[in-house]
Amino acid sequence: MNILLVGVGGQGTILASKVLTEVAMDSGLEVKMSEIHGMAQRGGSVVTQIKIGKEIFSPLIEKGEADIIVAFEQLEALRWLEYLKPQGAMVINTQIIEPVPVIMGKAQYPQEIVEKIKDKVERVIAIDALKCAVECGNPKVSNVVMIGVLAKKMDFPQEVWLKSLEKKVPAAYLETNLKAFAKGYEQG
Amino acid sequence: MKVLLSGNEAIARGAYEAGVKVAVGYPGTPSTEILENIVNYQEVYAQWSPNEKVAFEVAIGASIAGGRALVTMKHVGVNVAADPLFTFSYTGVNGGLVLISADDPGMHSSQNEQDNRRYAKFAKIPVLEPSDSQDAKDFVGEAYKISEKFDTPVMLRITTRIAHSQTTVQCAEPQEQTIKAYEKQPQKYVMIPAYARSRHVVVEERLQKLTEFAKDTSLNKLELRDKKFGIITSGICYQYVKEAFPEASILKLGLTFPLNQEYIKEFADQVEKLYIVEELEPFLEEAVSLMGIEVTGKALFPVIGEISASQIKEKIEQDLGLKDTTTSKIGVEDLPAAPGRPPVLCPGCPHRAVFYTLKKLKLTVAGDIGCYTLGALPPLEALDSCICMGASIGNALGMEKANPELAGKVVAVIGDSTFFHSGITGLVDMVYNKGRGTVLVLDNRTTAMTGHQQHPGTGKTLQGEAIDAVNIAAIAKAVGVKRVIEVDPFDLPRLEEVIKEETASPETSLIIAKRPCALLTKNNKNTTVAIDEEKCVNCKQCLALGCPAIALRDGRVTLNAAICTGCNLCAQVCRVGAIKKAGDDLE
Repeated sequence: MNILLVGVGGQGTILASKVLTEVAMDSGLEVKMSEIHGMAQRGGSVVTQIKIGKEIFSPLIEKGEADIIVAFEQLEALRWLEYLKPQGAMVINTQIIEPVPVIMGKAQYPQEIVEKIKDKVERVIAIDALKCAVECGNPKVSNVVMIGVLAKKMDFPQEVWLKSLEKKVPAAYLETNLKAFAKGYEQG
Repeated sequence: MKVLLSGNEAIARGAYEAGVKVAVGYPGTPSTEILENIVNYQEVYAQWSPNEKVAFEVAIGASIAGGRALVTMKHVGVNVAADPLFTFSYTGVNGGLVLISADDPGMHSSQNEQDNRRYAKFAKIPVLEPSDSQDAKDFVGEAYKISEKFDTPVMLRITTRIAHSQTTVQCAEPQEQTIKAYEKQPQKYVMIPAYARSRHVVVEERLQKLTEFAKDTSLNKLELRDKKFGIITSGICYQYVKEAFPEASILKLGLTFPLNQEYIKEFADQVEKLYIVEELEPFLEEAVSLMGIEVTGKALFPVIGEISASQIKEKIEQDLGLKDTTTSKIGVEDLPAAPGRPPVLCPGCPHRAVFYTLKKLKLTVAGDIGCYTLGALPPLEALDSCICMGASIGNALGMEKANPELAGKVVAVIGDSTFFHSGITGLVDMVYNKGRGTVLVLDNRTTAMTGHQQHPGTGKTLQGEAIDAVNIAAIAKAVGVKRVIEVDPFDLPRLEEVIKEETASPETSLIIAKRPCALLTKNNKNTTVAIDEEKCVNCKQCLALGCPAIALRDGRVTLNAAICTGCNLCAQVCRVGAIKKAGDDLE
């Protein structure tokens, strides 16, 4: 199982990847996870690659190899679409974060990204995770809403996900995070 | 129990298990997290040094004194540490010494992609290349055994994909490692010519012994399967090769210098065709070719950038005339191209003010390495050069000496951590040789780009312990700079005035633009600027700052209050007073 988490620096993709890898490890599977630190943290595109299975060699996912792409932002969904298997699933947070060339008026933010992706991919779930997060009481938990959607798309039992969340999230924020997870799971 | 560790975390664990006494380095992607994780093992003394050369020298001292020493740096850091490295190869060790060289094929966050295995060969020391985190941890322990057995420093060379990929690791209990007795041995450690000549003989003999060792070390693994073709590989490429051809015969080299001819030949003889898969330089290929073995490597694979599993599959299938088995993909040709998302200076970054002003004053700017290198990108586009750590000051001096038209128009821009790394000697040179340049130290109180590490000027150690901060202004004055001025970069008129004055002055000046990194100061979010739409004439002057919080929407300038930090730079550049400063009430 190859999963790509793509987004923009600061969106919480790292916590999401920690929760997912914990779930896979807990289920006795081999896991490899790869992410690039450095320049990407200054508002650049970020991608976390997670491979789960009985035996894994390369930690990297190449074009056409991802079973699921979880895109924390629309433009990033478009950017990484080529990495999805033709029969793969795409989960898209409809949030828009304009990159600097767009902000400066030097490039256009593409229109109707979700519709265009739906023309190509059968299994697409688009969700306003930011709105869901605000409804749960904290805009910062939109990443956990996305984990909820992803959880529904995967075969691990829900309890394993909840256990992993408990382990990876500070106790003070657990309740809001569990709410966010449930909200995402509902819509998955 | 198995745990998921990055290569860097695994190296830290490996050092702990091997009983390392002293761990030292300078931050640099992709090596930084090694020392950041070693801090978790209180048995190991760990520190940041101002640069890689000093770090290496501290590690050498620890080794001579009898303790196991670890020294970490990115690939270009080894250039800085090359001087002690080459001679320490002659003296050899007392306690084992392992140098971690974190190379960056593909230049994810580097200014070049040099292959540091060449350094190991050049310095005549062994180099080990792990293929995942388990290897990384285990090889640290093996490297210490080799270091002490063969009396040599050892390089453990990793690449970005090893450093930053997490794979499962079986940890072990730490070994009790006693300090070796210190014994004064001038003929071994004092490298005057007379003693060095005899040590060079030892180095050549050592290389012979290591070549013998390379014949049956468990660091190398032979996987004999289908004999139609065989692949020699190392490091992350081993994983890519396995991904591409799980049924191929593979010789996985953990020790990539020196190689043993007999061992390589034995593998070569068993397969019909031999390939070498390695990123960057044809390091293994050259060594194997020199053994008189026919091999295909760089004829198929580039010396530039990273290699992928699919590339390996495609090239070798083509070369052997096999059926193409590449994966089918979603066609995206008809979709709009996704605009790039380059890294940028953060909202509230104090560097923005400096680059805005330097651009406005049309100055020539010799740049340096750090977050502020992002000042090279549009719309600021303020840098004229960026070569290596500390280069800005020497570059600025050379520019004015060669081209009198540039005198008084050149500034050097250098960060605080970089100033301590290798800016001080450049400053001494500028003063000593009557340079009239202006040096701007962008003092944001941290090593920001690599993730906020401490340095001598922050007042804290690697462990966060408080110390007296080294004072940049006092250093400048002590080396003879008479014009030393501190300025708050958020005070734009004052900043511009100071830069104008100092570039006009006929002697060396040093301006400290001091303001903590925006990521270190958690602002209260109720203080943001506000755009008065009625007053705004849409001149777009504020966009010239390149702040991610100000965007052009439907042709109008708009504020993204969610990420605005209220630094007020835009309010200061607005010509019509349409931007209200943070804290002021919007009527």
